Amino acid sequence: MSASKSILTRFSGTNATFWLGLLLVGTITLTGLLSLVWTPYDLSDMVAGRLEAPSWQHWAGSDRLGRDLFTQLMIGAQIALIVGCSAVAIGAAIGVTTGILAAFATRFLDDALAAFFDILIAFPTLLTAMLVVAASDEASLGTAILALGIGLSPIVGRITRLLTKQVLSQDYITAARVSGSSWPSIVFWHILPNILPFLGVNLALQFGLAVMAEASLSYLGLGAPPPNASWGRMLQEAQGTVYTAPWGAILPGLAIFALVIGVNLLTDGLRDRLDASRRQV
Amino acid sequence: MLKYLIRRLVILLLSLFVASVVLFILLRLLPGDPANALLGVGATPEQIAAAQAQIGSDQPLGMQFLTYLGDLIHFDLGTSFVSRSSVLDEITRRLSVTLPLALSAFFLALLIAVPLGVFAAVKANRWYGLVLSIISQIGIAVPVFWLGILMVYAFALNLRWLPSGGFPLRGYADPGRAIESMVLPVLTIALIMSASLMRYVRATTLKVLGSDFLRTARALGESFPEAFIRHGLRNAAVPVVSVLGIELSTTFLGAVVVEQVFSLPGMGSMLLLGIQQRDYPNIQGVLIVSTLLVLLTGFLADILQRLLDPRLRQEAR
Repeated sequence: MSASKSILTRFSGTNATFWLGLLLVGTITLTGLLSLVWTPYDLSDMVAGRLEAPSWQHWAGSDRLGRDLFTQLMIGAQIALIVGCSAVAIGAAIGVTTGILAAFATRFLDDALAAFFDILIAFPTLLTAMLVVAASDEASLGTAILALGIGLSPIVGRITRLLTKQVLSQDYITAARVSGSSWPSIVFWHILPNILPFLGVNLALQFGLAVMAEASLSYLGLGAPPPNASWGRMLQEAQGTVYTAPWGAILPGLAIFALVIGVNLLTDGLRDRLDASRRQV
Repeated sequence: MLKYLIRRLVILLLSLFVASVVLFILLRLLPGDPANALLGVGATPEQIAAAQAQIGSDQPLGMQFLTYLGDLIHFDLGTSFVSRSSVLDEITRRLSVTLPLALSAFFLALLIAVPLGVFAAVKANRWYGLVLSIISQIGIAVPVFWLGILMVYAFALNLRWLPSGGFPLRGYADPGRAIESMVLPVLTIALIMSASLMRYVRATTLKVLGSDFLRTARALGESFPEAFIRHGLRNAAVPVVSVLGIELSTTFLGAVVVEQVFSLPGMGSMLLLGIQQRDYPNIQGVLIVSTLLVLLTGFLADILQRLLDPRLRQEAR
């Protein structure tokens, strides 16, 4: 590929979405990281009047208790990222293990697991998560993460199973078996590296779902309790005062929207690159 | 087809059984005895023992499971801890809000998404085709409750066209107000849902547009609309129908959240209240009925798919 052509493709449509996605996700990630060391005010300090409009002192205005909304938005970014990443990690740990097991299992066990995945997938993630929260003693950040992770796992499991089956039917697996490799080493050296790109794209999509579901859980009052400032809970609190203070209900929603669409765009861009590299091979 | 129907029915019953087992296990995993939740703090041991005998939580787990299954088969969902009324009655009352809400949102979403999705695919190279797919991309990332709040802000509080929430006490005996209070929630769910549905319709239509059979039909002299309506639509419909099943169950879920935004007395608020009050019979009842709805929807979608596509019927034999 010539240099001029690579510059051309760099500015083509698919790459524009990739960079826009990276910009949105990057900004929110940096904000979340920054909130670990610095926020304009303390989260629970009542530093302003009630329901103030955005100003130079309070960039996003204040809530009905006079707390700074920009501080809450920053902490919210942190919470969304923590919940999203940990939920996806849990979902992946459960899903990848059971998915690979199913692909290796006997016909009967495989069919049973596949049917089980299908049943659980028919059950919306948020409903599963609500059930887990209901079953736990009280709502906490950990419960929300666990609940969402469990809710996501069947989707990851189904995809892992299909991808693993594809790899297992390849000739190089037979070759590895004939040359004496054990199943665990085949999983680590052949299966995981081969399914990783597609699995990764899928996990990124699950991250977007997890962020959205966490916001819904918090909005319903089943997420992390105060003082955790989740975007979903901010929306729940701002709903009652939306007529007098609309910005309080607009900004957290915009934040959720920006993170989810950013991840989706990033994933689309990654998938296009993956497809392109496949085609070249 | 009959053979497939029977097989699919067996799968439906099996899934129902598995789902009820999972629900049973999860709800028994709850910390503490449900009897404590029934009585609250400060109950004497005698009171707790009496309550345990009343709800059967002093029985061995296997016995509890059999009683639970027996009750389910008789459609006996028990009585609420808090209101002491029949769970099934309460659910039927609340379904009269949730079902119309979810179903009308679902059909409205179809009405929006199918024509727009086909249009976006046919005109994929024009700017309005591109704009439509950007809009659907945006719609997928909007949280449904946020759109609900914005709707309330715009149409209820500022323009004052519609109520901001609630449901008339007399229910459908007050049809004008009942319908009025449903307009914004239905619109909210339908708009969000049509975004993802449109994307899907567009993708499958694009695949059909590039197919050999459509080219052959055109080569035989059919005009494009003629060929597309006679051969394209039915082929594009098959994969869409399978997604519709999942979409409809997502609509029920959307309804749970949106009911909260518009404070509608449906299944969602019953579940939330149940969780807050630790009212186990209510939680269990709502979850069982929603699982039933989700599985039935999947069943119907699969059957509909067979009816649309003779190739699948062939395979099943």
